[in-house]
Amino acid sequence: MTPLLSVRDLRVSFQLDEGVVRAVDGTSFDVQPGQVLGIVGESGCGKSVTMKAILQLVDRPGQIDTGEISFARPNGEIVDLAKLSPRGATMREIRGGEIALIPQEPMASFSPVHTVGDQIIEAILLHSHRWEQDGRKITRRDARDITVGLFRDVGISMPEQRVDAYSWQLSGGLRQRAMIAMALSCKPRLLIADEPTTAIDVTTQAQVLALLRDLQAKYNTAIIFITHDLGVIAQMASYVVVMYLGKVMEQGPVDAIFHSPKHPYTRALLRSIPSMYGQTRVALPVISGALPHPFNRPPGCPFHPRCPDVMAVCSVGVPRLLPAGDDQLASCFLHHTAAEPV
Amino acid sequence: MTRYIAQRLLILPFLMVIYSFVIFVIIQAPPGDFLTAYVATLASSGSSISADQIAALRHQYGLDQSFVVQYFLWMQNLFHGDFGLSLEYQRPNADLIGEQLGLTVALALFSFVLTWAIAVPAGIYSATHPRSLIDHTLTVINYVGVATPNFMLALMLMWGAFAYFDINVTGLFSPEFVDAPWSFARVGDLLFHIWLPGLVLGIAGTARLSRIMRANLLDELNKPYVVTARAKGMREWRLVLRYPVRLAFNPLVSTIGWYLPALFSGSLIVATVMNLPNIGPLLLRALINQDMYLAGGILLIYSFLTIVGTLLSDVLLALIDPRIRVES
Repeated sequence: MTPLLSVRDLRVSFQLDEGVVRAVDGTSFDVQPGQVLGIVGESGCGKSVTMKAILQLVDRPGQIDTGEISFARPNGEIVDLAKLSPRGATMREIRGGEIALIPQEPMASFSPVHTVGDQIIEAILLHSHRWEQDGRKITRRDARDITVGLFRDVGISMPEQRVDAYSWQLSGGLRQRAMIAMALSCKPRLLIADEPTTAIDVTTQAQVLALLRDLQAKYNTAIIFITHDLGVIAQMASYVVVMYLGKVMEQGPVDAIFHSPKHPYTRALLRSIPSMYGQTRVALPVISGALPHPFNRPPGCPFHPRCPDVMAVCSVGVPRLLPAGDDQLASCFLHHTAAEPV
Repeated sequence: MTRYIAQRLLILPFLMVIYSFVIFVIIQAPPGDFLTAYVATLASSGSSISADQIAALRHQYGLDQSFVVQYFLWMQNLFHGDFGLSLEYQRPNADLIGEQLGLTVALALFSFVLTWAIAVPAGIYSATHPRSLIDHTLTVINYVGVATPNFMLALMLMWGAFAYFDINVTGLFSPEFVDAPWSFARVGDLLFHIWLPGLVLGIAGTARLSRIMRANLLDELNKPYVVTARAKGMREWRLVLRYPVRLAFNPLVSTIGWYLPALFSGSLIVATVMNLPNIGPLLLRALINQDMYLAGGILLIYSFLTIVGTLLSDVLLALIDPRIRVES
C-alpha cells in the first residue's frame, strides 16, 4: 500500500541570534490511509514543529533544511510538500482541503471577534469544490447548512444557535468540538491533531477522544495524533512514533511499543506513567537528568547522558533507525551497531 | 446598546456644567480683567482712558460683580444659547466662533483622514515585513515625525517653499479668495491649500499611530488563530486583513476620542505660525486679552468635543468588538 504521507529525513532548524536550534533532526515516518499515528515525546522534542513543517507553517526564523514530505493527493499525484512554496496555490489547496489541523488551544485558535460559524463557513467556501455535486456551486447559505450538519456530527447541541456564537461564549469542550468540525469541514484525508486535549479538563478530554475515534471510524480519515500523554496514545493510536530532541527514537505498532519497548527512552517513558496501584507517598519515577539545552546538544546519541544503559560507543556515534524486534524500529546501539554517516 | 448610549448622553449635560465651572475658574484666574488688559494696550500705544470711563465700562460689562454672580449670569445666557458678546471685538461670540468653526472642522477632519489613511497601511506593511528595508525606513521616518514639533516642520516647509519655489504656503486660500464668497473656484483653492497644513498637523499623529498599529499587529500575528486561518488555506494578505488587523485595530479606535479635541487645540501653534483662519489663534488672542466669554465659549466647545469623542470611540469600539458589545 502506498502511504498517504511519507516523511523522510526531515530537518528543520531555527537560526537564532544565540545559535542554531535543530528542532527536527532527521525524522522519518509513514502514515497509511485511514491510520491513526501517535507521535509522543517530551516538550521541545520537535513533534509540533514536524507537524507545522508538513503544512509549511513553520514560523520565521525556522526553515526546512532538507528532507522529503511525500503526500498522496486525491487525484493520485504524489507531491513533495517540503518543496512547495508556503504561500503557493497548491499548498493552500492542500491546507484545510486535504490536510487539516486541530490546534492545541481551541480558545486562542478561534478569532474572538468573528462567530465560530463564520470561520467554518469561510473554510468551506475556500475549498467549496470538495462539496460540489453535479457542478452546482456552493453558496454561503449551503455552507451554513453544512456547518450546522457538522456541528450535529461532532455532538454540539442546538447547532443552529451555536453557529452564531463567539468562541468565548462556548465551553472548552464545545470549543474543541467546533474546532474539530472546522477541521472536518472540507473532508480532509489527513487530520493533524496537535495535543487536542491538553487544554481541556479530563472528563471533556475523554469525550473529545471518543468523538475523534468515532469520526475516524466513520470517515476513515488518517490522523496524526501528537501528545505527551502515553495514556491517550494507548487509546487512540494503532502505530506509535517516539521522538526525543528532534529524532525518532523508536517506532512500531502500539502493542509492541507498550509491551516490549526496545529503546531505553521508551522504557523510561513507560516507567514514569503513574500507576493506580502504586504505593502512596512515594516519589513518582522520573527520567534522570534534564532535557539538554537546545544550543548544547550532546554528541552521539541525544539520549545518552540520561540513559541507564549507556555504553562507550553512545557518545561517539549517532545510532540509525533500524529494525529491532519483529516489527519495531529503534535507534539504539543495544540493538545494532550501525551509526549515521557523519 | 441603545440604552448604553442613552445613559451616556444623559450624563453629558451634568459633565458640561462641571466643565463650565472649571473653565470659568481658569479663565478668571489670571490677575486683572479685560479692562486692565485694555488699559495696558492703550497705554502702550500712547493713549489713555480716564478712571471714570473704566469704572463705567467695568459696570457695563458686569466685571464689578462677584465671581459667583458673573458665573451664574454666564450660565443663564448659555442656557438660552447665548455665548455672550466679545469684549474685544464687540460682536457676538457665537458669530466669531461660527466663522472659524467651519474651516477648523474641515482642516481637522482632513488631517484626521490623512493620518489614518497613511498610518494604518504603513503600520500593516511594517508589521508584516518586520526588519525589511522599508520597515526600517518607515521606523526612521516615524521617529523623526514624532520628535519634530509640528510648528517647526511648518516653519521649515514655509521657508523651503518660499526660498526655492517662490510660493507662499501660508493660509488656506490664495489672496484673491480669502474674502471671496463661496464658489467652486474657492473650494478648489481650499483643496489645493489644505494639503500642507493638513499634513503638518497630522504628521506626529501619523507617526505615532503607525507605530502603535505595527506593535499591535506584530502581537496579533503570533496568535494561534492566525495559524488556524493559514491552516485553512487562506491567502496570506486576506487572512492578515481579516483576522489580526481587525484585532489590532481595536486599541486604535479607542484613541479617536482624544484625537478629535487634540486636533482642534493642537493646531493652535501651527495655525498661528501658518496664519490659518482657525479657531486656535482666536482662542490665543482671547486668552491674552482676557476676553473671557469668548475664551470660555471656545473652551466649552473643546470640552464638548472631548466628551462626544470619547462617547464616539466607545460606541465604535462596541460596534467592532463583540466582546464589548455582548457584555454591555
